[in-house]
Formats: sequence, C-alpha cells, structure tokens
Amino acid sequence: MSNENTLSRRGLFMNIGMLFNGLVAVALALPIMRFLLSSVTRGRGDSYLSWVPLGRVSEFPEGETRLATFRNPYVMPTDGKTVDTACWVRRIAGDQFQVFAVNCAHLGCPVRWFPQSGLFMCPCHGGAYYRDGSRASGPPERGLFEYPHKIENGMVTIQAGELPTPGMPVALSEKKPPCAG
Amino acid sequence: MTQIGEWFDRRLQLAAPIRETAEHAVPRSTASWFYVFGSAALTVFILQLVTGILLALIYVPSASEAWSSLQALNHDVTLGWFIRALHGWGSNFIVALVLIHMVQVFLFGAYKFPRELTWIVGVFLLLMTLGMAFSGQVLRFDQDAYWGLGIGASIASRVPILGPAIVKLMLGGPIIAGATLSRFFALHVFVIPGMLIGFVCLHVLMVLKLGINEWPMPGRLVRRATYVSEYHELTKKDGAPFVPYAIWKDLFFAAFILLAVAACALYFGPFGPTGRPDPTIIQTVPKPDYFFLWLYALLSLLPLSLETPVLLVAPVLVIIALLLLPFLSGEGEKSWRRRPIAVLTVLLIAIMLSTFTHLAGYTPWSPHMNAWSGDPVPERFLHGATALQLQGALVFQAKQCRNCHSLGGLGGQRGPALDSVAVRLTQDQLIRQVIQGGGNMPAYGKNLSPAETTALVAFLKTLHPAGQAPARDAARDVVLRESGTHP
Repeated sequence: MSNENTLSRRGLFMNIGMLFNGLVAVALALPIMRFLLSSVTRGRGDSYLSWVPLGRVSEFPEGETRLATFRNPYVMPTDGKTVDTACWVRRIAGDQFQVFAVNCAHLGCPVRWFPQSGLFMCPCHGGAYYRDGSRASGPPERGLFEYPHKIENGMVTIQAGELPTPGMPVALSEKKPPCAG
Repeated sequence: MTQIGEWFDRRLQLAAPIRETAEHAVPRSTASWFYVFGSAALTVFILQLVTGILLALIYVPSASEAWSSLQALNHDVTLGWFIRALHGWGSNFIVALVLIHMVQVFLFGAYKFPRELTWIVGVFLLLMTLGMAFSGQVLRFDQDAYWGLGIGASIASRVPILGPAIVKLMLGGPIIAGATLSRFFALHVFVIPGMLIGFVCLHVLMVLKLGINEWPMPGRLVRRATYVSEYHELTKKDGAPFVPYAIWKDLFFAAFILLAVAACALYFGPFGPTGRPDPTIIQTVPKPDYFFLWLYALLSLLPLSLETPVLLVAPVLVIIALLLLPFLSGEGEKSWRRRPIAVLTVLLIAIMLSTFTHLAGYTPWSPHMNAWSGDPVPERFLHGATALQLQGALVFQAKQCRNCHSLGGLGGQRGPALDSVAVRLTQDQLIRQVIQGGGNMPAYGKNLSPAETTALVAFLKTLHPAGQAPARDAARDVVLRESGTHP
C-alpha cells in the first residue's frame, strides 16, 4: 500500500488540530458577532423608545409652533451634547398638539419654522412643509415625522428615543391631515 | 560603515532583492510624466499616516470632547493648526490624485491582460479612499459632521427591510451620539488604514511582478497568448533600469505635490471645525466636503421617483461595472487614440461631476433662510408705487417669498426670479399661483388674508421692465367690453 491514500498519524493530528481551531473560532465568533450587532439587537421592537416630557402645556401658546428640546432617553457616558434633541411643538388648541421631528423627511437636515408664512423650510435641498407637517414642496416624499404624544399631569409628553429616518417602520409614522394648510 | 551594512545584510538578506527590484528593466517609454500619479498618491498616503498619528496625540474620540480637542489643536497646541491643515489638504489631494491615476490607467489601457487584478485592487483602494474621506469628515466632529451622519443614516435607512438595522449598526445606537463617533474613529484609524496598507502593498507588488504598462501604441493589440513574451522582448530591446532612469520623475512630482499640500495648508489653513455638534442648534446649513458635493447636488435635482433607486442601485452598478471592466475588455487596443468611447466616457463623467460640484457651490435649490429679513426690496422696484403696492412689497418680504424668489439678483433661487413676473403671468394667474401654489411652490391660501393677497398681487403686477406691458387676459377684455363694463 502506498502512503498517498492513507492518513499518517501526524496528518491526522494536523486535521484534528485544524478542526479544533475551527470549533474555537466558531465559539468565539458568536460573542463577537453579538457584541458587534448589539446596537441592532438591543433596539429590536421599540425598546429604545420611552415617554419624555417636553414641558407644561401652558408653555406652548395656542395656535403657535415652538421649538422644544429634550434629552434622549438612551444615554451613554460620552455622549455629551449629542443627546440633546430638538423638536417642533405645535399647539393647535386646548389639548390638541402635534410634535414634529426637526429632521427633514428627505435626508434629515434640521427644518426651520417660519410663522409668517406658516411653513417649515429645509436649508439643504429645499424641502418645505405646511404648519400641520404635511409636505408642501421640494424633494421630501412625505410629511414631517411626528412623535406620538400625550398630555400627562399637565405635561406634554412624547414617545422618543430614535433618530427619525425615512425607512423607519412604525414609530414615527406620517399622519394624513384632512386638509393641508 | 560597509561592515555594519554587511553585518545586517548577512542576517536580513534584503540587499540583493532590493537592488534587483530597483534596477529591474522597464520599457523606456514608461519614464513619462504621465506615469507619476500613482507614486504621488502613495507619497500623500504616507503623509496622511504621519499627520494622522500626530493628530491622534491630541485628538479625543469622544462626542463630548472631540470638538474641544480640535479647538485645542487649532489654537493652543504649537503648530497643531498646521498638522490639521496638512491632513485635511492631504485628503483633498489624495482623492484627486487617485482619480487622476485611475483615469490615466483607464485611458492607457493598463487594466488589460495581465493587469486585471491590479485594477480590481485599485478599485477597492478607491472605495477605501472615499471611505477615509467620509469617516475623516465625521471625526471633524462639528455641525457638518453631525448632520452629514444624519444624511448618511437617512440614505442607509432606505434599504428595503434591512434599512433600520443598518442605521443602528452605522450609528452604534438609536441616535447619532458617542458610540457613533467611536465607531467611525475605529474605522478611520484602524480598520480602513489597515486594509489600505495591505491593499497598497498588493497593488505595488503586482506592478513590480507584472511590469509597468508600456506606452500604448495605436495598432499594437493585447493578446493573451503573446502579450507576456512581447512585453519581455520590449523591456529587453528597449528597456532601462527603473532606478534611476524612470524614478527621477516620480521623485520630482512627489516632492512637488508634497510642497503643494504644504503650501495650501499654510495659505488656507485647516478645515473647520464649524459650530459645536449640538443638535438643538438648528440654525445651520450643513454641507459635505468637496469630494461629495456632486452627490449633494444630485440629491436635490433627482426626481422623487428616481431618488431611492439611484441612491441604492447606482453605486452597486458602478462598482460592478468597474470590477468587470478588465474582463469585458481585457484584450485589444490600448491606445486612447483608437478608443473613442473610453475617451467620451471619461469626458462625460468629468463634465457631470464638475457641473454638479459647481452647482453645489451655490445651491440654487436651497431657500435663502435669511433673505426675507436680510435682503430688502431694491429701491428701483418701489419708485412711484401706490400705498397698496408698497403694502404688497411688505407682504412679499414678511411672508418669506424672498427666501425662494430673487429680486434684483438678491434672494433665493429655488423659484423663478420675479423681476419681470408681471410679463409672464396675468393678474388672475398671479392670484391663483399665490393661493394654490403648484409647480413646486407651496399654497399660501391659508396664510394670506384677502387684503394681503390683493396687496401682494398689486405689487407683483408692477414687476415688469419699463418698456414692456404686463401680461393681460385678452379673453377677459373681450368679455368685459361686450358686457359694457370695461372702463
């Protein structure tokens, strides 16, 4: 018998050695992948979201839209100012509110409110929205992102925690107004 | 001295292979000023490594301190501003050099057999260079970096199904914050440079193994069966040692480029940082660095329905096309004189990119946020105006019409200039346009009282050149005349 088709003792050890390394590699790959993907797996569902108070109802005059800021509920020690977030609060009347993300629905630049013309305008690519957040003109495909909100103990409270982006599934959906303007 | 050298070489045994590499024969035609861009890019890459390490001595990759550490580099640390400027200008130069090198290789047919893999590695080097450019802009953690990340996240989120997961992976969490900066730091400082060093070594190794592409002659075709022997014949018959015959031009050009980077750094100084990366400061107009300006323009000008497909599909197609190029035209003519489509493609892409970059320089699509309060209606439009028309001019300013419409060359360019709008639109058409909007203009019906609309339209009707009558509705004239009510 020739040696070519038989496995030598050393050859067997080498193969077992490679297999052993492969198994260890797989065993280590699991925790490494879990660490790498932790920001995705942790945020599954809406676990990043919580209810955040913006201020007393009386701080927002009826019929006006004001800039409010809140601290993002999910904070890491080195985040600095980046967790401070701005949003536009529109008090229609009484307890009727709309809270918009400042991020343009096109590519996320901060939109500015112009009360005189009743428009939100984006400085980047020229998107414009009406006072109720619906799309007025420009490249955005939809209206402004709207935070779910409720009034609790006289405080305007919104559900926030994630950067609003056009591909988001549910949380900040577009509310279709009955009439733009 | 020689003894010390010999002591080391007995152990390292590197002198012979180095001498062999340096003196390997190259075709005399390659000792050309067209063949210096690759080595210049490599030189600037080394400059980036050195200045990058120097910056890392001071820079703090933390969302709460990065901006202050950049300020310290600019203002407190001796010559910190100069090192930042060298690194910033070096990145601009390296992107430009890599692109010029690529165009030269493409036009000289150097990607053809047997140098296909050299080209493919080069395509990855280009992608990594652009990756360094973007991640570097993020490390300059200012307002542009913050909102630029937002734009990146918005684009990534449009990927079907996986979009939201990709955004969280890119940001390292639910929002742009500390983890985002840290992961871009890891990419910019460890991951991409490590891969770049490996790929640059492969790229240069293949240039040495396969030989420098000979100067393309029209009619001298590349054939797989004969090319290698033909190339060896050429280097034997008409070859010269790379050192010093060809390398002196590389050396001169590399030194010239380094000097140019230093001169730009000295004269123009470092880039930014702009304002603090505080998301509650929304009075900002974010803009990308120059190598991504064309993309910024493209995103404003694409029709709605094309935007997502172009953003997600086009880059994949472009990369696939670049990777397939040496397989689709691996043989045949090398000379640009016999490859008109290649020349036209390069020209078309160059014109497209420079047009978009130029447009992004003055962003005609963005409203001028302060025009309504900052640019008054020029006096000549108000000479002899009635009280109603003056009131209209006031409405015109106060309702921010000016942010999108210019008068006398000042104001936004999002909508048409209104210097002679009365010639184009009749009174009824003006009223309809203001109230209902349309043609990419918002409707102002709910934000103008009837009195304001009347005043505004009265003012707009005065906007026509001196010798030109305003537009009028001829049919309306006839109807009014027949009913006997025309004045």
